[in-house]
Amino acid sequence: MPIFQIIRQIVRTGIKTEAPPLPDEALRAGPQRLQEEILRAFGGALSIRQVDAGSCNGCELEIRALNNAYYNIEGLGIKFVASPRHADLLLVTGPVSRHMAIALRRAYDAMPEPKLVVAVGDCGCDGGIFAPNGAEGAGESYASCGKVSNVIPVDVVVSGCPPTPTAILQGILTAVSAQQGVSASP
Amino acid sequence: MPITYPNLHLTRLGGAIPAWLGEIEPGDLPPICQNVADGGGRLLALWGSDARELGDGFALHVALVNEAGLICLSMALDAVQPVYPDISRIFPAAGRMQRAAYDLLGIYAHEGHDHRKWVRHGAWRGFPLRKDFDAAQNRADEPDAYPFVQVEGQGVHEIPVGPIHAGTIEPGHFRFSVVGEKVLRLEERLGYTHKGIEKRFEGLTLQQGAKLAGRVSGDSTVAYAWAYAMAAESIAAVTPPDQALWLRALFLERERIANHLGDLGDLGNDVALSFGFAQFWILKEQVLRNNAALFGHRYLMDKIIPGGVAADLTEPGRQTLHEECAMLEREVRLLRGIYEEHAGMQDRFIAAGRVEPKLAAQLGLCGLAGRASAQAWDARVQFACAPYDRLDVRMATYRNGDVAARVIVRFDELFESLRLQSEILDHLTHDGELATTLEKLPGNGFGVGMVEGWRGEVLVAIHTDAQGNLTRVHPHDPSWQNWPAVEHAIMGNIVPDFPLINKSFNLSYSGQDL
Repeated sequence: MPIFQIIRQIVRTGIKTEAPPLPDEALRAGPQRLQEEILRAFGGALSIRQVDAGSCNGCELEIRALNNAYYNIEGLGIKFVASPRHADLLLVTGPVSRHMAIALRRAYDAMPEPKLVVAVGDCGCDGGIFAPNGAEGAGESYASCGKVSNVIPVDVVVSGCPPTPTAILQGILTAVSAQQGVSASP
Repeated sequence: MPITYPNLHLTRLGGAIPAWLGEIEPGDLPPICQNVADGGGRLLALWGSDARELGDGFALHVALVNEAGLICLSMALDAVQPVYPDISRIFPAAGRMQRAAYDLLGIYAHEGHDHRKWVRHGAWRGFPLRKDFDAAQNRADEPDAYPFVQVEGQGVHEIPVGPIHAGTIEPGHFRFSVVGEKVLRLEERLGYTHKGIEKRFEGLTLQQGAKLAGRVSGDSTVAYAWAYAMAAESIAAVTPPDQALWLRALFLERERIANHLGDLGDLGNDVALSFGFAQFWILKEQVLRNNAALFGHRYLMDKIIPGGVAADLTEPGRQTLHEECAMLEREVRLLRGIYEEHAGMQDRFIAAGRVEPKLAAQLGLCGLAGRASAQAWDARVQFACAPYDRLDVRMATYRNGDVAARVIVRFDELFESLRLQSEILDHLTHDGELATTLEKLPGNGFGVGMVEGWRGEVLVAIHTDAQGNLTRVHPHDPSWQNWPAVEHAIMGNIVPDFPLINKSFNLSYSGQDL
């Protein structure tokens, strides 16, 4: 019976989940504190809508890895949702292709306030390798709008090609804690 | 000679894989294609280039493959009326490639039956791959009015899905025509992730180009980087050191292992066995972490460079990988037993999304999906370039062509890759050179590289100008061939099975959108 094999394998595997990264020094009180931040800002759970706005799929691999047992993002009260209408945070990879600009803008507009945006990856941060940067251009081309903030407002950027799951998680948590700071001020 | 045709002169290209180049008249293209198709050959890729600066008009390039090797055909097209005969009647996979060649370069297939745009939506006018294209002048903001094929009849309705999908995957649009829950027809609309990769290659240095090639499709970075390096080495007549070739094969097999592990977990998830996802993604994460610890990148990006590799394996590292191999072998065998005995899972897998071998042959289905439908092609076997010529790869094939078959092929290939990895580790020495110097390519060169990536054969073609700069680079993903097969695979299935069927192919959007 597979069910006995499954149970035995689950027991044998044990718990792989590691401690989550901390957004910054102020939050180094421990995972408990982190949970509180999310609890206060978003009522105990953070819902993320991920949008691939034109990436090479490298960043998506690392975002998906957040769901594995090591990072166990759902264990932190964070889950990926199917609709931007259910989301608190938009996790965007880029560069934003011109063909995806409208869809990205619509996804952003569909989100309820307060909303956060985290741009993931070098391409999401500055257009990356797909268009000339610096003196030659602004990370844009005939087919690419470049960085995510060229299309929608961005709160936090996570660089890397692709950034590690830990770095992405840190970016998400930083966005949440920044949000907490904003809402706390009068 | 791979084929014989009156007045066709083929020149053998140097390099790791058997490839020939021939200049032909456009009118000879259909009969030559027919000749190759009749002999069991396939279309690999089709692309165009702008040679007007040399006073030559445009050019069309077609790469065919048969049991002897790669046949690259080039033909000059008129600068004012760049027309060539349609070959999509012979190779259906050519249809979208011909449409993309029009969208990007303005060369078109005469008497082609589908002239709708493909990779262009509404963001630009004109033809970006023409050398005189002015991006600023040609910006447009038109809606993508795309004429989908309408299915009519009582009770038929449409379900549009995408470009943003429910999960964390790449964007694309699917238009289902359904009756009740049964799918009558699926039409794909891709091109959403088109970010101008081919244009971007123009003017990059050889080394920058290698980085870009490694980002055509992130999950196949090793395959693309190797194919690009192979094409460059073919032009420069450079052979990488032995140690570098062994390491490249090690990287390629590790990419296959990581992707197959991930897919097997996802396929468990898609039939609600989250246990499968949890288990396989633990294993995948361990492979990625070993990659990061030993080679400096979880997906091995930029570790293959023109001329060789940019990472070595230490003796303790070799030990780590031997242990990893033994662990994976043990765990995957156990999980395979569970998958095969799980009645609920097999009930979803068997007979879902079937592509019969005959249809697969007509469509030119390739890679792992092709092998699951009895298409016995694997570049590591047929065109075993070093070091695969010393490895004797066992090809995994299956006939059923359903989700279950694509799962079985993944399991078989996973075990084979683990076996290969062990063999490669035994062959690696620790004092060999890692790269032969390859700074710049010779002028007016053409080279091609083909690598059997985890998804299928990845091809990269490089053209250089008189000074040896990259003037045209065409990366070709096996997803071009396999996307149309997904439209067939879903017919007659129910809409809720689409995610499972789609995942069992796991095709690249970025790799075909470019």
